[in-house]
Amino acid sequence: MTDRNGSLPDALEAALDASARGRLLDMAGEIRDDPVRVRVLHPSAARVVARGPLVPVDHDGVYGPTLDDAVREVLVGALGEALADDRPRLVEETSDLYRYGDADEKRAVLRALPVLDIGDLALPLVADALRTNDVRLVAAALGPYGSRNLDDQAWRQGVLKCLFVGVPLTAVARLDERCDEELARMVAAYCYERVAAGRDVPDDVWLVLAGHAEVLDDYPLHDELESEYADRRAAAARFLDSRRTFSTASSVSAADTNSREA
Amino acid sequence: MRVFDPHIHMTSRTTGDYEAMYAAGVRAVVEPAFWLGQPRTSVGSFVDYFDGLLGWERFRAAQFGIVHHATIALNPKEANDPRCAGVLDVLPRYLAKDGVVAVGEVGFDSATPEEEKAFIRQLELAGEHDLPVLVHTPHRDKVAGTSRTLDLVETVGVPPERVLVDHLNETTVDMVGDSGCWMGFSIYPDTKMDEHRMVRILTERGLERMVVNSAADWGRSDPLKTVRTGEAMLASGFDADAVDRLLWSNPVEFFAQSGRLLLDGPGSAGPDRTATFEGNSVLRGERPTTAEA
Repeated sequence: MTDRNGSLPDALEAALDASARGRLLDMAGEIRDDPVRVRVLHPSAARVVARGPLVPVDHDGVYGPTLDDAVREVLVGALGEALADDRPRLVEETSDLYRYGDADEKRAVLRALPVLDIGDLALPLVADALRTNDVRLVAAALGPYGSRNLDDQAWRQGVLKCLFVGVPLTAVARLDERCDEELARMVAAYCYERVAAGRDVPDDVWLVLAGHAEVLDDYPLHDELESEYADRRAAAARFLDSRRTFSTASSVSAADTNSREA
Repeated sequence: MRVFDPHIHMTSRTTGDYEAMYAAGVRAVVEPAFWLGQPRTSVGSFVDYFDGLLGWERFRAAQFGIVHHATIALNPKEANDPRCAGVLDVLPRYLAKDGVVAVGEVGFDSATPEEEKAFIRQLELAGEHDLPVLVHTPHRDKVAGTSRTLDLVETVGVPPERVLVDHLNETTVDMVGDSGCWMGFSIYPDTKMDEHRMVRILTERGLERMVVNSAADWGRSDPLKTVRTGEAMLASGFDADAVDRLLWSNPVEFFAQSGRLLLDGPGSAGPDRTATFEGNSVLRGERPTTAEA
């Protein structure tokens, strides 16, 4: 978000040189004057202003916005100011940015939703992203906007999808806050299904199961250690071992999670 | 031999074609939006097609070490269907995107008033989006259609050096060359132009503002015709620098006017079969890594 005096969020101020900053502020100004301009300025923003990771380790923008996401968020913020008195049109323009966007533009729209005063009206975009198998879109869908607005069932399905497609659960906003026994049950069933197939279980399941370990008692995981099939015995052993590894490392990963939710 | 094919419809080609192209030296392509054989009847199917050109097809090319760009337009044939006229209204969103290196293919098919209206509007859009233009010339009544094309370019005021007029032959090359526009030739197995006639034209007119392409699509065509043209040039006495100019430097020079060439983008580091696009790979589930998702 910017104000008319041209202040940008600190992370962007640090990442942009004066020339890029000027181009971004000009584009935001154009959108405030004529909101329809967002239709061509949002797609061209990465090329015109800046692109790349905002946090070096997060090259694909799985844990948070990329630099181009942050740039585009400023433009979406300007759109929100321009259409502050016309919420249906704001929702329509934002939805169209997503509909006609390539994967980078779609991710940027999802990341920018918290700056708009549109309540849960952008949930169809989040639902669309959760139907894809694109880890960047799934992760952005479970960012702050999705985690605030999705109902419990949809949110739990989203978290489970992260485990399936390989989105790290540390990328899910408010995981600790929204995690409940039903999600733990779903994750425990997933763990058992994997072990019974002789396959690995991602360590991230412990971020959900740690506070609800009793749900595992409903599944015969220890029996799997005695399975007549070697691959199932080995999978059960790896899974139960991973619990011990996780509990020694969990304090570190919890700190990482909190720092990313700011 | 390094090859930039400035006009090829990879959407209609196989992974075997991509492999053969890479092996023969093709490292970059431009895929113009065009007709798919089966006429489309709604704006929505164009939008999905454009998304596919800029999304899935760019990804697919990169898996085989080939950098993929696109040109976006409402083609002349389908400009005649009033159900598709709304495509002109969504074009600005696509002409603003990365990797879109020209407006095209535009031009004439049957030289109708509807075609001319769409052509003029898209020449204007090229100016508004600071993009070059790729022009298709008609199969039927080609000389008249090409002449009308050059008139419209001049009337709308698009600088001729930003216009590539394609599918030329012996009867249309001179008027396009004299106009200052770029001259494009589609080298086909048995229509339009072949590599030996092409060498004759190059011998007569030189290499300036000349490009050749395979225009390979869903019809009988050959994605290696650019390479064959280079071989025919060498066999008739052109040197390797001349071949490189025709097959690489010239198309790069033309499309670089867009400011949006992605020559160091996805695919430029060679084949990569491990990546996925929206979770899908070209490998149909067989992944060369050990990671399980």
